[in-house]
Amino acid sequence: MIRSATLICGLLVSPVWAGEIWVTNEKDDTVSIISTETLEVIQTYPTGERPRGITFSKDFSRVYICASDSDAVQVMDPNTGEILHDLPSGEDPEQFVLHPNDRHLYIANEDDAITTVVDTETRRVIAQIDVGVEPEGMAVSPDGKIAITTSETTNMAHWIDTETQELFANTLVDSRPRHAEFVKDGTQLWVSAEIGGTITIFDVADQSEIGKIDFEVQGVHPDRVQPVGFEFTADEKTAFVALGPSNHVAVVNADTFEVEDYILVGRRVWHMDFNGDKSLLFTTNGVSGDVTVIDVASRTALKSIKVGRFPWGAAYRPTD
Amino acid sequence: MSDLADLRQAAGPGDIGPWLCLGPTKTKVVYGRPDRFVNSETMGRRIIQFALIGTLYGAMAHAEVILNVGYLSIYEPQPPTLSNLDPEPEDIGVAGVQTGLDDNATTGRFLGHSYELTVVVVGEDEDPLPAAAALLAQTPYLILDAPTEQLLAIADLPEAKDAMLFNTSSGDLSLRDAACRGNLLHSLPSDAMRTDALAQIFVQRRWNDLVMIAGTHPQDLAFADSMRRSLTKFGLDLSGEKTWAFDADMRRAAAQEVPLFTQELGDYDVLIVADELQDFGRYILYNTWRPRPVAGSEGLTAVTWSPVIEQWGAAQLQSRFEEAHQRDMTSQDYAAWAAMRTLGEAVTRTNSSDPGTLRDYILSEEFELAGFKGRPLTYRDWNGQLRQPIAIAHPRALVAQAPLDGFLHQTNELDTLGLDRPESTCEAFQ
Repeated sequence: MIRSATLICGLLVSPVWAGEIWVTNEKDDTVSIISTETLEVIQTYPTGERPRGITFSKDFSRVYICASDSDAVQVMDPNTGEILHDLPSGEDPEQFVLHPNDRHLYIANEDDAITTVVDTETRRVIAQIDVGVEPEGMAVSPDGKIAITTSETTNMAHWIDTETQELFANTLVDSRPRHAEFVKDGTQLWVSAEIGGTITIFDVADQSEIGKIDFEVQGVHPDRVQPVGFEFTADEKTAFVALGPSNHVAVVNADTFEVEDYILVGRRVWHMDFNGDKSLLFTTNGVSGDVTVIDVASRTALKSIKVGRFPWGAAYRPTD
Repeated sequence: MSDLADLRQAAGPGDIGPWLCLGPTKTKVVYGRPDRFVNSETMGRRIIQFALIGTLYGAMAHAEVILNVGYLSIYEPQPPTLSNLDPEPEDIGVAGVQTGLDDNATTGRFLGHSYELTVVVVGEDEDPLPAAAALLAQTPYLILDAPTEQLLAIADLPEAKDAMLFNTSSGDLSLRDAACRGNLLHSLPSDAMRTDALAQIFVQRRWNDLVMIAGTHPQDLAFADSMRRSLTKFGLDLSGEKTWAFDADMRRAAAQEVPLFTQELGDYDVLIVADELQDFGRYILYNTWRPRPVAGSEGLTAVTWSPVIEQWGAAQLQSRFEEAHQRDMTSQDYAAWAAMRTLGEAVTRTNSSDPGTLRDYILSEEFELAGFKGRPLTYRDWNGQLRQPIAIAHPRALVAQAPLDGFLHQTNELDTLGLDRPESTCEAFQ
């Protein structure tokens, strides 16, 4: 009896979603790996120069890292930190997205106004697509039919037909779009605009604008409220939006597009990812060189974790 | 498609180089056409035309719009300086406007907007007004690299009445004040914006005891005047001033002369140098009687743009510029870029090339330019000055970006720099 009680306790304490948050450190050429249980950095691996975008293969056996100044996407074994090989990426890869086919990487080449599509198996470039100046934000629809590149200086979302690898639409957004996400089963596209200070929401069916979100942080000049990365809770009813140098994360009702809350985090908050059950959110804070852990239910910051210099991207992988 | 396949074959795994250069997607855009380079014998000036024509992609939601922009550079002879270590690039300003043109064209090709640029360089002995009038006959949009008097003369031409002119070369405060013109916008910050930025950092660092050495050129005197005005504005003053009027070769004599010259200034926190032509300032550093920092035109400087700016995506603009022009981007290049991008942004958002429409939009609250300075850039509707943060930098790093924390303003902190609405006597924008 005592034994089984211990076992139950053990189960309760041991989280169902053991995992890690991987953070790229843009000015340290490393990734920091944070345990989602202990909330501590448990490992640091060297990468190529200026690592930014980071994402895992669908089975989490590979981690892809945009090593911008090495002009490569590096493929790392997440269990050992060993760089297995580089993928051809075009120049200055900043951000990318992995197609649902687990094979094609859509990469934004920031210096070349190009989106490069790479086959991760054959390690060949499949296509290069001319987009606007300084492409950055990348997204792909859940059905894999549409890929999005946002271009920072052209101020557009470019809609790519993944079958033909050609643009079929270009939609203007506010200044300096940084991040894009498909939500609601791929029926909506959200695009953040850093200098414009807004998120624009598009109806994917006809690329029409259906909403725009403004942010207002008390005591911070609107110019410094700069939406960058954002993520959605599991039910997609709530979005968390990093607001850059305002040092806050906004909590947005994803149905009404109303901002419900602002959470103070580290300096120049940039990107983010959740733990496995999406109960915790980890934000990268570029200037303060740390990661803030947010409790999603109570919408409060729990802890700051020091990582490398200029943490940029964040990606979760389960470890059990 | 066969070309594509061949090239893909040629570039093995991990080897992307040749493919990137030759990939057919890159050649879809017809870039700047130097074949239209024209040498006008009669006028003796250089006229270079660029046309950027984009291939149209995707769903076309907009009608075709063509914006023709003129860039007029008036040669201004510069007095000799003690050092020739840093010659001014010959294409200063032009390189910036070309980068702006490229940026506009890349955006424009998705919208059916195209941009043309005509560059006219007027020589030393020529009258620039006929050249300006000729350009204004082609287009109401003129980006100007000219001294103050010429800017005013061009703005007052009858041909310029409904034109939109951009000053990218003069920081003269009078152009933003009583001498302002309603058809002249300023993408280059005024001298006052720069000296206000320096005054802010002096206040923030509590460097209260200040002295100044000024050169004798008109630009030096203007900078010194502006510095005094800024110090008064932020509650500071000078405890000593000297004029630099040496004609010896300071490369040899700096170590002997400067300590003696600065000894009379007594003790102080910072030595301000007003040497806008980069004549003697470089020899002041590390040669002063007291071991004190140098600021102003040398040492710690307040600038529109600098190669050390890398935050806020600036690294991308820097590398794009450097790749195209094989040199660093200067403040004047930035001002020319910003003027071109201002027009591009207005065309993008209004889908128009009509001067009235563009002007209204540019001076409205809707307008904002992403200028790689961490804040949206907008125009002051009382004098046509482009609001922008000012970099406070030394040659190796950015030290701070003004407006500094704690310098508050009732509407926009950026208006703590330069002439604020109540200060400016400009009436041409009312």
